[in-house]
Amino acid sequence: MGSTTSELPSQRTPLTAAAETGLKIVVVGGFGVGKTTLVRSVSEIRPLNTEEVMTQAGAGIDETAGVERKTTTTVAFDFGRISLNDRMVLYLFGAPGQERFWFLWDRLFAGTLGAVVLVDTRRMEDCWYAIDRLEHHGTPFVVAVNRFDGDEKRFSLDEVRQALALGEHVPMIECDARVRASGKEVLIALVDHLYTRALAKESTA
Amino acid sequence: MRKPVDLGDPDRLYMVTGGRSEADASLDLVTLIVSECEPSPGMQSEHVRILELCRHPTAVVEIAAELKLPITVVRILLGDLCALGKVSARHPRAAASVAGLPETALLQEVLHGLHNL
Repeated sequence: MGSTTSELPSQRTPLTAAAETGLKIVVVGGFGVGKTTLVRSVSEIRPLNTEEVMTQAGAGIDETAGVERKTTTTVAFDFGRISLNDRMVLYLFGAPGQERFWFLWDRLFAGTLGAVVLVDTRRMEDCWYAIDRLEHHGTPFVVAVNRFDGDEKRFSLDEVRQALALGEHVPMIECDARVRASGKEVLIALVDHLYTRALAKESTA
Repeated sequence: MRKPVDLGDPDRLYMVTGGRSEADASLDLVTLIVSECEPSPGMQSEHVRILELCRHPTAVVEIAAELKLPITVVRILLGDLCALGKVSARHPRAAASVAGLPETALLQEVLHGLHNL
């Protein structure tokens, strides 16, 4: 598991002065599935780590008579960056897929281009919740199956599609999150998918 | 891994934001911030750091990572600096809606950029 924390400020590579548009892609998946590895393999900067503090009224939990309780949760997440050209910069966010982080998702997903669901075939159930939420939000996504070394149970993509009850419209791709070229193919698969959808929408408009 | 700030030093966060907790909702994680002036003497140290960092366009989320402050706190600080005209914000084109797809031209540019990696 690679949640690498920060680096020296002197290693920062600034964007060009012309940079004007930030774009987002979110990588979701279970614990240890390789989200940070994928972000790192394609990012031009070493992945940075940041955190959000969420406060919510503790409805139904820790209720003490007459005392209003609030719970505060800190969620850390990693991100990387790809300068697409002088003007456009793409940020990749690795988001924990567990249900208890739902509140972080709303913020991460707002305005995102789309999402990559990273799957470990040994623990496919880890991404059920993520897929459910993406469908609920109407966020387009692709499913990338991370083929680790010694992935003994090599389920075919069709078998994974069945196990995850994915519709035919959801693109699937195999990858090795450690390899830059492979991570790049995953992102291209997602943006190809987005482009096809946008074209179809424009032609019916 | 550093300590979560909310457990480590809540007083500091309180001081940094002047006790406020409502952030500027218009600032997305990937809104790019650019300094419009140099730091001046007597400025709050976080403001100084932000003005230094943002001599080059820098995303809100990168500022938070560099300052090691939660995103909400950074958005409060940036909201103040924006209101004073000390920084400007370049808002993302795609942030308008979640379900609405961005235009094909934008996606073509993204694809082109990715192929060139």
